[in-house]
Parts: sequence; C-alpha cells; structure tokens
Amino acid sequence: MTINSASHANNKTQTDLPVLLPIARQSQQSAMIERREGTYRLNMQPRHIAWALVLFALACGAAQAAAQPEMLGPMQALFKWMEFILWGPEGELTGFALNLVISFFAMMLGTVAGAALGLMQVSLLLPVRQGSWVVTQFFRNSPWLVLLFTIMLLVPFEIDLGFVVIPVPDWIKAVIGFSLPVMANISEVVRGAVISLPSGQWESAESLAFTRRQTMWMIILPQCFKRMIPPWINWYCILAMATPLCSIMGVEESVTFTAQALNAEGDRPELIPVFYSFLLVIHFIYTYPIARWSIQLEKKFTVKT
Amino acid sequence: MEFFADYFRELYEATGWNFVIFYEQYEYDRFLEGMWVSIKLIFASLLFSLVVGFVGAWAQGAKSRIVRYGISGYIQLFRNTPPFVQILFFYFVLGNLTPSYDAGGYQVAYIESFGWAVISLGFFAGAFNVEIFRSGIEAVPESTVEAAEALGYTRLKSYIYIIFPLAFRVCLPALNNNLVNLLKTTTLAYGIAVPEMMYTANQIWSDNVNVSEMMIVLFVFYVGLVAILVYGMHKWEKKMKIPGYG
Repeated sequence: MTINSASHANNKTQTDLPVLLPIARQSQQSAMIERREGTYRLNMQPRHIAWALVLFALACGAAQAAAQPEMLGPMQALFKWMEFILWGPEGELTGFALNLVISFFAMMLGTVAGAALGLMQVSLLLPVRQGSWVVTQFFRNSPWLVLLFTIMLLVPFEIDLGFVVIPVPDWIKAVIGFSLPVMANISEVVRGAVISLPSGQWESAESLAFTRRQTMWMIILPQCFKRMIPPWINWYCILAMATPLCSIMGVEESVTFTAQALNAEGDRPELIPVFYSFLLVIHFIYTYPIARWSIQLEKKFTVKT
Repeated sequence: MEFFADYFRELYEATGWNFVIFYEQYEYDRFLEGMWVSIKLIFASLLFSLVVGFVGAWAQGAKSRIVRYGISGYIQLFRNTPPFVQILFFYFVLGNLTPSYDAGGYQVAYIESFGWAVISLGFFAGAFNVEIFRSGIEAVPESTVEAAEALGYTRLKSYIYIIFPLAFRVCLPALNNNLVNLLKTTTLAYGIAVPEMMYTANQIWSDNVNVSEMMIVLFVFYVGLVAILVYGMHKWEKKMKIPGYG
C-alpha cells in the first residue's frame, strides 16, 4: 500500500506529524536550483542502454524483414549513409561532427559572455546590476528557436570592414545563435554560485582588508568554481541536444543530412524509422557519458562542502 | 483602433519600421490566426503533458514490474534525446504508420501536424512531469496514506482524492519550471509546419521583408506568454495553499 516508503524514510526532515511543510519548503528550493542549473538530470543505468539497443536492433530487423527483396534493405541503406550522416562528405566537417563543433564553440562563447554577465549581476552598481538582470531574463525566457532565427536572418552573410571581407558561414551564425541562451543561463549559474556562498566569506575578507576585487578573485570565485562545474556540464548537454534545431535553417548537420540521405533513397517508408532512430541513438550515445560524469562530479563536490 | 493603425502606418513612412501586422487587415488576420494556433498548441500540450504526468506517476507506484519498467524506460528515452528529433520522429515515422482517409483524390491523415506536435511535446514534457509528480508523492506523509487506507480508500481513490492533491501543491514550483520550458519548446513545431506564431511570422516577413520588426513581435509574444504563465502559476500556488501544508 505504501508508495515509496523506503525513500520516504530516508528523508531527514520527516516528523511524526502528517505535515508537508518542511518538504514543501525543500522542494521549492530545489526547484529554484533546478531552474538555474537546467533540468537535465540523467539517472539511467547501463541496463537501460542495453534495452534501448536491443529495441533498436529489433526495430531494424523488423524493418529489414518488411522490405522488398529487390530494393536495398534498411540496414544496408543505413550502413551506406552512416558515414555521410556522421561526418559528411570527404574533407568536410559536416553532419554529426558539425553538431559537435557548433556545440563546442557555442559553449565557449556562451561561457565567456555568461561569466561576464553573471559577474555584472552581482555588481555593486545598481544600473549595471539591473541592466544585466534584464538581459539575462530576456535571453533565458525566449525560445531558443526564436533567438536562432534572429541571428541567422539578421547577421549578414559577410562583414565588409573596408580592407577585408570576412565571410560568415551559416554554422558560425548558428554558434552565435546558440551562445545567447547559453550565456543567459550561465549568467544565472554564476550569480547563483556567488550568492550561495555564506556571507561570512565576504565579511572575513573585508576584515582582512581585502578590496572588493581581491575578495572576488582570490576568495569568492575560486570557491564558486567547483560548484559551477556540474551545472555547466548540464547546460552543455542541453545545448548539445538543441543543436539539431539549426537544420531548420539548412545548416549541414546530422538532421539535414539524414533528410537528404532519405531523399536520395526515394523516401521509402520502411527506411524512415531506421534512419531517425539512428539519429536518436547517436545523440544519446554522445550525451549520456557526459551527463553521467556531471552527476558523479556533483556527488563528489556535495560531500566536501 | 483606426488611430492605432494610422500610428503604425505613419511610423513606417517616417522611420521605415514596418509593423505591417498592425495596419494591414490581411496581415493582421494572418498574425491573429498564428497567435491563436500557438496558444491552442501551448494549451493542448500543457494539458496533455499534465495528464501524462498524472497517469505516469500513478503507474510508477504500480505492483506490476512490467508497468514500472515501461514507465521508467519512457522517461529515460524522452529525457535523453533531442526534442526536435522526437517531433520529427513522431511526425514522419508514426505519422506514416497511422491510418488516413480519402478526401476526394488525396489522402488525409487522421492526425495532422498539429496533433503530432501536441502528442510529441506532451510526451516530452510529460516525461519530466512524471518525475516531478513522483517527487511530490514521495513527500506525502506515510501516515496520511495509511489514514486513507484505514478509511477504506482503494489505491486509485486515495491517489485521486488524497495523495495527488497534496503532492501537486508540493511540486508546483518544479512544475512551473517545466511548463515554462515546454512553452518555449512549442516553437519546435515549426519544424513540421504547424502554422503557429513562429511559422506565421516567417510567412509575414517573407512577404513584407520586415524581419527585425517581426522578430521584435515574436520576442514580445513569447517573453510575454512566459511572464503570464509564471504570474498565473504563482497566483494559483498562493490560492491553493492549505494552512500547515506548505
């Protein structure tokens, strides 16, 4: 009859009285943290992956059996196009590899901009604090796709500086477009980490005659750094899973190439499930270890603090 | 209304800022239509995801092992794959397999792109909702559940009348996050040509070459909707508060 009595007993805040109050407060707090750090939490076991692969293989087998004998079977077709979807034609960095490249650069750009914006959010100057707050909230609450469209359509395809013309290929625009929401979320992570430190750290630094800048760089940020790593990885996972979006704008990444490969095979209905499942599987295989790593790091860090 | 239209027409003539949707009837109608589809899409997928969460959280406490494994498999699958690929998968793969009827010479599927968008977005957000509701259910004191049992409630009845109403209040803040996320994710329906706000805006700026103006409209629309949703959820949270129960 009891629902999850074991995990309930683990709860430290449990009282004898049938009262939800402490737990409600706790869940409110954890929701706040979750909003800041992204809700990407992987608690998958290796056996789940085994099951997923078995299902994928079964689906492929069924598709194979259903195919007409004179045509190329789904598995052969997938095998034929696999390299194309993963890294595009010879000598180009496209396909799934481009997804990864976009995610790396967007994360780098977003982290640098986000760290600056986050530090502005804890500034002592009111206009700086409020301005950066507005920017953060704006980019955090706009849909990723709208931000992506804005950059894709409003940034020119080349920038003429008079003496040199810098071409801006689509994938660079995608990098900028993805870095904006990442920036806003990293900004929140930085702000959250700074304000989560006990105020005693600031006060004792002050009593030791540290200036504000010294306190920030030598006392506060080194302590924040460790706390920021797990949510940072978390946001990277979310970003990596968002990169297929730029296929809408025709960036030559994995989803675009899958559609092209299907087209080249004549859009046969028995191929479609196999190809799209393959897409799901490769994205999963990439993000899964990273997400596990983030959970491990988080466990490691929470014990020490 | 006429004054409003004149203002934007003059703005265009004076500055070149072409908010065509506010002074041309055709574009205005198109804009309203897109907005309406978007709001319907958001509302339907919110509702669907809540139903998925409600049912899933109940089924997770089931005695049957198969049901529990099924639910956890579903959660893992939907949380760990890109939502955009999920939508494409639903639309192109399952859309191909579901029946269609003959509408005078061409085949029309029973579930069209709007339906598939609602289903896939609902399942995507539902996977998160199941976990959110489950954490709320775990917070309900065991003695409350036992008291319900003593009063002769069945498992389903006590879930509906006692556990869920309490759990729901506890997990509202987390639910809030997820619904905001879902609202933003509904733009992905653009990828399967659901004529929602994003798609309509694209049509309008293709016809009138006013990309930056329509982008501003889009931002105002979505950030405004998020603000309304957050505000509404906070109001609701306050209203549902039971003294002594958080």
